Amino acid sequence: MAENYKLSHLQELEAESIHIIREVAAEFENPVMLYSIGKDSSVMVRLAEKAFAPGKVPFPLMHIDSKWKFKEMIQFRDEYAKKYGWNLIVESNMEAFKAGVGPFTHGSKVHTDLMKTQALLHALDKYKFDAAFGGARRDEEKSRAKERIYSFRDKFHQWDPKNQRPELWDIYNGRVHKGESIRVFPLSNWTELDIWQYIRLENIPIVPLYFAKERPIVNIDGNLIMVDDDRMPEEYRKKAKNMMVRFRTLGCYPLTGAIESTADTIEKIVEEMMTTTKSERTTRVIDFDQEASMEQKKREGYF
Amino acid sequence: MAEKLNIKEFLDKDEQKDLLRFLTAGSVDDGKSTLIGRLLFDSKKIYEDQLDALERDSKRMGNAGEHIDYALLLDGLKAEREQGITIDVAYRYFSTNNRKFIIADTPGHEQYTRNMITGGSTANLAIILVDARTGVITQTRRHTYLVSLLGIKHVVLAVNKMDLIHFDEKRFNDIVAEYKNFVTPLGISDVTCIPLSALDGDNVVEKSDRTPWYRGQALLDYLETVPIDQDRNFSDFRYPVQYVLRPNLDFRGFSGKIASGIVRKGDEIIALPSGKKSRIKSIVTYDGELEYAFPPQCITITLEDEIDVSRGEMLVHPDNLPMMDRNFEAMLVWMDEEDMDTNKQFFIKQTTNVTRARIDKIKYKVNINTMEQSPSEKLVLNEIGKVVITTGKEIFFDPYEKNKHTGAFILIDPITNNTSAVGMIINRVDAKDMSIEESFATLDLPQLGIGQEHYNAIIKICKELERQGIPVKCITEKK
Repeated sequence: MAENYKLSHLQELEAESIHIIREVAAEFENPVMLYSIGKDSSVMVRLAEKAFAPGKVPFPLMHIDSKWKFKEMIQFRDEYAKKYGWNLIVESNMEAFKAGVGPFTHGSKVHTDLMKTQALLHALDKYKFDAAFGGARRDEEKSRAKERIYSFRDKFHQWDPKNQRPELWDIYNGRVHKGESIRVFPLSNWTELDIWQYIRLENIPIVPLYFAKERPIVNIDGNLIMVDDDRMPEEYRKKAKNMMVRFRTLGCYPLTGAIESTADTIEKIVEEMMTTTKSERTTRVIDFDQEASMEQKKREGYF
Repeated sequence: MAEKLNIKEFLDKDEQKDLLRFLTAGSVDDGKSTLIGRLLFDSKKIYEDQLDALERDSKRMGNAGEHIDYALLLDGLKAEREQGITIDVAYRYFSTNNRKFIIADTPGHEQYTRNMITGGSTANLAIILVDARTGVITQTRRHTYLVSLLGIKHVVLAVNKMDLIHFDEKRFNDIVAEYKNFVTPLGISDVTCIPLSALDGDNVVEKSDRTPWYRGQALLDYLETVPIDQDRNFSDFRYPVQYVLRPNLDFRGFSGKIASGIVRKGDEIIALPSGKKSRIKSIVTYDGELEYAFPPQCITITLEDEIDVSRGEMLVHPDNLPMMDRNFEAMLVWMDEEDMDTNKQFFIKQTTNVTRARIDKIKYKVNINTMEQSPSEKLVLNEIGKVVITTGKEIFFDPYEKNKHTGAFILIDPITNNTSAVGMIINRVDAKDMSIEESFATLDLPQLGIGQEHYNAIIKICKELERQGIPVKCITEKK
């Protein structure tokens, strides 16, 4: 049989990601993989499993639970971690939660800051992680297009776009002083289509919310919000109607708009994605809070 | 040519595509944003046409095309310019029927060297834009020199704004001749010159009927078909060990990415620096064992014999060894705002190896506009020079020209941890040719009056330090 020395783009991206993941495991004392339960996270987690097979992944998975995630996400998370033997850490800002912070009462900005950003920073400090993997892609948002694969963070977890380390070839500079850390983005060069294609080829389990189904939906300021529990104020809940929808991204249920869709297979999702003109993050309510908001959040330490 | 595919066929075909990474060099004045915008947009249109499912009004699609503001695609960068933020490279993604593309877009005139070097390090190909009205200018030479320094094998000279010189064949030929004259000594193997108008779309996606004299391909057609699968080094097997995998007592694997060459099950290998030999027992991946593996695959190798190999060491074929030395010459690009300090000991990272390094000598610095060489005491931001480097322990390398992955390195400042410089190895240097005496730390134990009973413990610590890249010489015999 003739030997063939060619990789497809997905095999090449896979190799690039596995190399990055192993490099971090080898050079850092205490890495962690941040897990959002979304499709990109699902791919990243599978790549980590591949990187260390037949061994176990030498770092834990951490989910920052804002306490407002879709119920199906939490169920999926727990089942996945159990099935694949992951050491799963779940951290929340319990103080803010007990004080009743939530998107309906405090708005998306306060909620995101307290329940996501602060909870994340607190957890990173608590466990003294010196490297945290995230599933962000460069094609997903403008401020990410210019971010490094190894993204350096100071003692306050802040990102300084003016002060990024040069990153050449596949040689990553992982040196940090005590208290400093890096965020690592092994999926930097993947596109949304690559992610779906990989999920399809590798049969990677994803949260069923990605697939179209009849769900109870309320239209709140133009966003199709699903009624996931009775913390949604009665005035909205009573307007709920069953609609055929799916989610392009997953987050806190009151902040994540659904799209009307009948796509119930990966093929149909890709088809829909390629014929739609809206970019994937437009269903995320949190991006519209303020000017250049993602860049702002990144500087503050959110992802 | 446009075949209609259903979504499943589309995905099956998409899966087979390969990946081309390219760099665009040129300023906004050369029409770079217009060109990138056209590639991104027009190529998208192409693959949407292919989708059987896409039953959209083609007229509406066409109109959208008319209204695309190409500058908008680059507005992230524009905002940065206004804020005075220097960003060195932004990545953009698109695909066509045959390939996926990653564009490394390096904007701005300032800090050109740093920007281009960063964006170009992983590129298979570079597009160098020139304005047909001005032809080859200093900037063109500078870009081309940097491309040659990075060892990018394919260059497209995109002669843009042909519409402004009435698609004049002679003018185009003159520019090509001048460019070839300049590029030949730089040793870039594959140069393709294309006359185009990014604004009007001539020879970008479709061949233009306004250049009937041009026999070559349109730019996108070229990008889709240029063969890149032979660009990697498949002859010299180099396997820098990245991670030792020991899930249980029965399995000890060495994980890594193949830097170059091909390895097969049963191959005899030698581990560097120990020199111990063994055979490849298995090539393990999550998706099953492989009979052979090639770059840039990430695999885990198990060996027939129990030999000790750690991260930073290298597996190679015994009849094809890399250079093993502590002294080498390299082209160095200074990337740090802080000037080079030759008294400083840096960390060098090369493959998976980290050790201490010192810049012993600057042989010359290069004026990247004229390529002239001149003596220099130090390098500052964006400067390039030929230097001699000494490392704290032996490293395993090949000339960058022969092997990018084992010939490239970075220097890290031990105080700021910044990546201060990046380098491309030219060759080893004989230690006896070096005038500089040993300046790594030495512990003269008898002189320090340390009791012999402690020697073993101290030697052990020194060995561990050396492993971590901090070599300390231990003297145990009385002088």
